[in-house]
Amino acid sequence: MSVADAPARSGAARWLRWVGKHALTGWAILGYVYLFAPIIVILVFSFNDLRGVTHPFNYTWKGFTLDNWAHPFKYSDLAHAMVKSLQIALIASLIATVMGTMIALAQSRYKLRATSLVDLILVLPLTTPEICLGSSLLTLFLTLGRPGLGFTTILIAHVMFCVSFVALTVKARVRGFDWTLEDAAMDLGAPPFRTFTRVTLPLIMPGILAAFLLSFSLSIDDYIITVFNAGNTITFPIAVFNEQKIAVPPQIDVLASMILLVSVGLIAVGTVSRLVRDSRLASS
Amino acid sequence: MAWLVLFFMVPIWYLLRTALSTSDPSGNTSLVWRWANFSDSWSAYHSQYLRSFWYALLCTIFCIAIGYPLAYAIAFRGGRFKTLLLGLVVVPFFTSYLVRTLAWKTILQDDGPLVRVMRDLHLLGGQGRLLSTSWAVIGGLTYNFLPFMILPIYVSLEKIDPKLIEAGKDLYSNSFQSFRKIVLPLSLPGIFAGSLLTFIPAAGDFVNSALLGSTNTRMIGNVVEGNFLETLDYPSAAAISFVLMAIILVLVTIYTRALGTEELTV
Repeated sequence: MSVADAPARSGAARWLRWVGKHALTGWAILGYVYLFAPIIVILVFSFNDLRGVTHPFNYTWKGFTLDNWAHPFKYSDLAHAMVKSLQIALIASLIATVMGTMIALAQSRYKLRATSLVDLILVLPLTTPEICLGSSLLTLFLTLGRPGLGFTTILIAHVMFCVSFVALTVKARVRGFDWTLEDAAMDLGAPPFRTFTRVTLPLIMPGILAAFLLSFSLSIDDYIITVFNAGNTITFPIAVFNEQKIAVPPQIDVLASMILLVSVGLIAVGTVSRLVRDSRLASS
Repeated sequence: MAWLVLFFMVPIWYLLRTALSTSDPSGNTSLVWRWANFSDSWSAYHSQYLRSFWYALLCTIFCIAIGYPLAYAIAFRGGRFKTLLLGLVVVPFFTSYLVRTLAWKTILQDDGPLVRVMRDLHLLGGQGRLLSTSWAVIGGLTYNFLPFMILPIYVSLEKIDPKLIEAGKDLYSNSFQSFRKIVLPLSLPGIFAGSLLTFIPAAGDFVNSALLGSTNTRMIGNVVEGNFLETLDYPSAAAISFVLMAIILVLVTIYTRALGTEELTV
């Protein structure tokens, strides 16, 4: 684009252009600094030496230690909460992925009469503040005669908000899907179930996988909706929120860094393997 | 689908029912069609309502100010690093929301380096603080919802055909004109989606205010959370929550009409 620069350009205009060009880059770099500042703090402060303090508040730097990483599960409450969060996220996103995919497929495969209504119901949970979702679910559970709030109610809540995300993600993927492929498979004698597992599913798998990962990360991180429906069950975000009033041990940062490194690692592996596969396809 | 109806639509009905009830001290509610709960919630908490919308508005504006140039830089200057740069936007959000916000507490704390530098530069008074101020809360909100602004804007910028910009140049537009007449209008859907995705959660958020703010920065979310989970005043909390949802729906409708964009899908 810049090759087409007008040859005669006044000095002032050129200067303005230079500023314009580099101001954007500079601003973008500042943006990245803003995005990464807390992450760097988390990573650095996970090595903060707060041994010997009964109620450690991991806000000021005291010294370097590897001890926190050697004992990441020192605070068993935090570790248990982490396990619970992982369980909920896994189950909730599995259920949500199956249900959301079915909604998306049904919506694009068949011209449902109430498509726009379904769309509206799918989008509404995304345009409602979490606090309204959480509190309205709580009123439902309360009116139903207070069943034990806990694991099950958290699960219900998480599936509720994940389904929307899954359905919308998979729908975007399915939009350009060529349904005649299914007809072709059936013409070749494949029964409907086999058609689904051998033709439809592999083609929409990337969308489903993305949706699953999205719901997993939403679910494991959710605090606002969860806290309304948790009863006495403690998930990792709830544990952190309750804990931070009394103490902020560096193990919180260690666990957070672990999640970060694992997810970044998974993404890196996924990207690299895809790139390798693509280049192989391209060369063959 | 039934799940959504059952656990999204039905709860809203119950929320409305609870909002119209009275409760006894132990938290049992009975439906008496007490519409006054709504007006009470406004008169008792209007400052928190207004503060929430003000914070959410500022947060949205800051997100656009930071996010738009960033998305623009990735989309048009990113070259072959586009995917990597975009990935870097999302990476920080793989850590827990609460831990991220706690990290801001570390950065903004009173004897931290940032406050010291700002005091030395007289950007803050000698006893000036960052933590527990409105700016800390707004900064936290902006940080936590920034990707929801960057991603939709990026998507809409990415869709723009570079040929359009070249055509504009051929017709003697300078780069500012081609931005204003071509790029900006075509990226409006992204700004629209992004501002909804930041404004709505920001208006209902209470975590940033609880961790980074003080009693002077209480948002409406803090009130709902407190009334539901601490004082167990379910009807009033339900009424507030319902009013919040209604106001947001009205605002979103007005906003949608004003910009005339129907596409909500990101």
